[in-house]
Amino acid sequence: MVKQVADSETNLRSVSKTDKRKQHRIAKTGMATPPEAAMPFQKHAKKCAAPGKKGKAPAAATLLISNSLPAGPPAKTGPLMAVNGILNISTARKRTGSAGQRTDSRTAACSHCGEPCPEPLIAEGRNSFCCRGCRTVYELLTGNGLGLFYELSEQPGVRIRKTPPPHRWAYLDEPSLRERLLDFSGPKTSRVTFHVPAIHCVACVWLLENLCHLNPGIGQARVDFSRRELALCFDTQALKLSEVVELLDSLGYEPELTLEKTDKPAVQTRHRRQWIQIGLAGFAFGNIMLLSLPGYFGLDSFSAPVFQRLFGWLSLGLALPVLTISAADYWSSARLALRQKRLTLEVPISAGLAAIYAQSGFEIMTGRGGGYLDSMCGLVFFLLCGRAFQQKTHERLAFDRDFKSFFPLSAVRKTSSGTEEHVALCHLSVGDRLVLRHGELLPADARLEEGTALIDYSFVTGESEPAVNNRGDHLYAGGRQMAGAIEVVTVKPVSQSYLTSLWNHEAFQKPRSDDFTSLTNRYSRRFTRVVLTVAFGAAVFWAATGQPWRGLKAFNSVLIVACPCALALAAPFALGTAHRMLAQRGVFLKNAEVVERMARVNALMFDKTGTLTTAAGGAAEFTGTPLSTAERSWTHSLARHSAHPHSSRIASQMADDIQAMPVTGFCETVGGGISGLIEGHQVLLGSMSWLASQGIHPDRALPKASSSVSLAIDGLHRGSFDVENNLRPRTELLVKSLQPRYSLALLSGDNDRQRSRFRGLFGAEAELLFNQSPLDKLNQVRRLQAAGQTVLMVGDGLNDAGALKQSDVGVAVVEKTGSFSPASDVILEAGLVEHIDKILGFSRRAALIVRVSFGISSAYNLVGVGIAAAGLLSPLVCAVLMPISSITVVLFACGATRWAAGRAGFANPTTQP
Amino acid sequence: MSVLVILILASLGLALLFLAAFIWSVQTGQFEDTTTPSLRILGGDPDSSPPAIKSLRTKSSPCPEKTNPTQTD
Repeated sequence: MVKQVADSETNLRSVSKTDKRKQHRIAKTGMATPPEAAMPFQKHAKKCAAPGKKGKAPAAATLLISNSLPAGPPAKTGPLMAVNGILNISTARKRTGSAGQRTDSRTAACSHCGEPCPEPLIAEGRNSFCCRGCRTVYELLTGNGLGLFYELSEQPGVRIRKTPPPHRWAYLDEPSLRERLLDFSGPKTSRVTFHVPAIHCVACVWLLENLCHLNPGIGQARVDFSRRELALCFDTQALKLSEVVELLDSLGYEPELTLEKTDKPAVQTRHRRQWIQIGLAGFAFGNIMLLSLPGYFGLDSFSAPVFQRLFGWLSLGLALPVLTISAADYWSSARLALRQKRLTLEVPISAGLAAIYAQSGFEIMTGRGGGYLDSMCGLVFFLLCGRAFQQKTHERLAFDRDFKSFFPLSAVRKTSSGTEEHVALCHLSVGDRLVLRHGELLPADARLEEGTALIDYSFVTGESEPAVNNRGDHLYAGGRQMAGAIEVVTVKPVSQSYLTSLWNHEAFQKPRSDDFTSLTNRYSRRFTRVVLTVAFGAAVFWAATGQPWRGLKAFNSVLIVACPCALALAAPFALGTAHRMLAQRGVFLKNAEVVERMARVNALMFDKTGTLTTAAGGAAEFTGTPLSTAERSWTHSLARHSAHPHSSRIASQMADDIQAMPVTGFCETVGGGISGLIEGHQVLLGSMSWLASQGIHPDRALPKASSSVSLAIDGLHRGSFDVENNLRPRTELLVKSLQPRYSLALLSGDNDRQRSRFRGLFGAEAELLFNQSPLDKLNQVRRLQAAGQTVLMVGDGLNDAGALKQSDVGVAVVEKTGSFSPASDVILEAGLVEHIDKILGFSRRAALIVRVSFGISSAYNLVGVGIAAAGLLSPLVCAVLMPISSITVVLFACGATRWAAGRAGFANPTTQP
Repeated sequence: MSVLVILILASLGLALLFLAAFIWSVQTGQFEDTTTPSLRILGGDPDSSPPAIKSLRTKSSPCPEKTNPTQTD
């Protein structure tokens, strides 16, 4: 089938912006702003254009950016922001100030989105635009009094690539879908929350919160910047939900719709609860401390019995909410642990708290002393702070996306009368005729009815070459159409297709039970046993010597002093710091415990395509008659018109120093090659057999590569590009440094034509498995686990999802942090795959730091328990010993982990200035 | 010395007021999103007048709240 590119202009622009991005960036970094300060914003400026790209050749676009910018960040997105903390507003100002500079660069920048403008300019007054879409939005905003948008940030808009087809969102008005999307639906007004990934700057927040000026049907709108969420109310009588989404889409803020009900309210209440618990504990801690100080210093005027009584009772009252509300979680976990007959750290903590309160209450009521309530509140306060520190993870990173997030929400169905309509995926039934356009994902298994399909199954199988299918072929869900429009008839419902059946596999059902094995819990089991033995031993000893009261006091004192506050803080702070340090370097963990699990790993499994090899970013080496600069630019101009991975690789290879030129008469033969006329020269790129069918005689003198694309200019065969999948740069070193410690395996969905190459790389002992289905991969992981190994699986794409989930640590590799990734424990930026050895080394060191922290806190406890067992514990000793032990452990854990991270020797080149 | 009792109770009462204020602020969701308000203050009224003058707006949302069916939090 031959596809004629009709809208050559759009196509040209959509790619040309990426290679000009470099110059655009240079203009930026040349500003007065120091690079590290400018970083957060640049990341977002980059992201700006990302959502608009979605439909058109996403692979090509990503690749162009990452290749042409060796030193700079590829479209970097939010999570890092969350880590680095707050966005730098002074940078925002500086950028605004430099607006003039940027337009001075070689091509004019679009006044709306800042992309370089093509010739001829779409200009209006002093403003120029890269496309009509941007101009429309600019006029719409300035015409409605929203011109401030352009003053808040420098060219803040999101690129409007094309006007969306009308009624694209109409399916949202179906009652069932509508209900699931709306937060609140009333007769007059409704409320809805969207996730809008395109939100990136001050101006976005401002514009979205002022949407009412564009459409009076919209009421209050609120943006949550760090979550990239927009909550808005709209008048149900004046506006339909689809119209709200359409308005957002037309401004470039296309919401990411998902039908899964989020448990946002639950998260919210948990957060609030935690804040209140900490607040209460801190409040009581401070006040009781003030009330106890006179007693500690022995000030005479305060030792009057009336004050001692008053202070005692006040402390008792203040400590009560701490015991019941702030420490509530410890009580419930301790009760749960005892019911399940295991000893977790919560058991001695709860016992200690109970002992302190009982002992203090007894002393205060009988007028014997002031009790240990300040120590108790301080302890709870520190514990809660440690917990909050650990829980403060990157909530924006989605670690649990399932296959539904990969699928679109709607498909285009062709009715019997020949008209096309958008239907929600859940309303698709078997036998529906669907129209699938370039770049769209197949939502259900289907039979090809019309057109030639070039399906990219890299999501599903990891196979990097798109497969050519003909009429009548069976197509699997999850494939992406890479050529022109096709028509298919669904043969299975969405829920029963191949991918979904994998997802319904048991590996996805069972929750992981790692509580039993965590370092803290293993240690605390031993610890608790020792403490209880000592406490009972002391009580029995003193009772036997005829001093039962002293025995009771010793029992209580031991429980009080052994309350493992420092122990409970060691792991959260050490692992939490490790978690943070890793995130700053581009490794995102699901939670801090993953560090611990990573330290225990002894077997590694790698996916091939996209993990060890760069599926799209590799070099395409040219062999043959050397090309002149003009010829290189012709080849580049032609290649970038095609979405085929080979073409985009060739295009990016030559993108460095040359200008793109317009191509006329562009033709693409699916499974064959591409051809076009540039400056009057006929350029052909394709397989040798296709070139031969076009009348080109192969030059026998030129070398032949196994997987190559041949080039012919003006009817003359010039040579070929070698497009073998390329290994990531440091892979050999990585394998060498991993070999002594870990058993390695390769699991590839690809065929085994590269077996010998990987055998040489991995050595004779490693397992190399090719042609692995997703289920095979999962079973391989399981087999190793059954053999007693702790498995870390590194993979990308849906085909690895089962194995990632089953493995003890699943590492998902992503090109961009914001892009989709399967459910996993770790999200790793692609550039860091080659540093996995260092990451694992760092996690082992972090686990060692936790152990040393345990040692330190145990030493303190030993001293304390010695004093207590002798029955000599005083409130003052307690008030000093407890905070000091906690603080030393926290300082050691944080400091040592930071030091280890600094020495780890890996850093994400894209996050470091 | 008994005046100290009154002083201590008064100070404790004041501290309790602050605690109540803290709990109220948590319950009304002021700790949920700490990033956006710092950006929101940079925006001004929706017309093209210079932002420098208008950016000190204190009202948090420029759009009418009458259409809001439920309290945000």
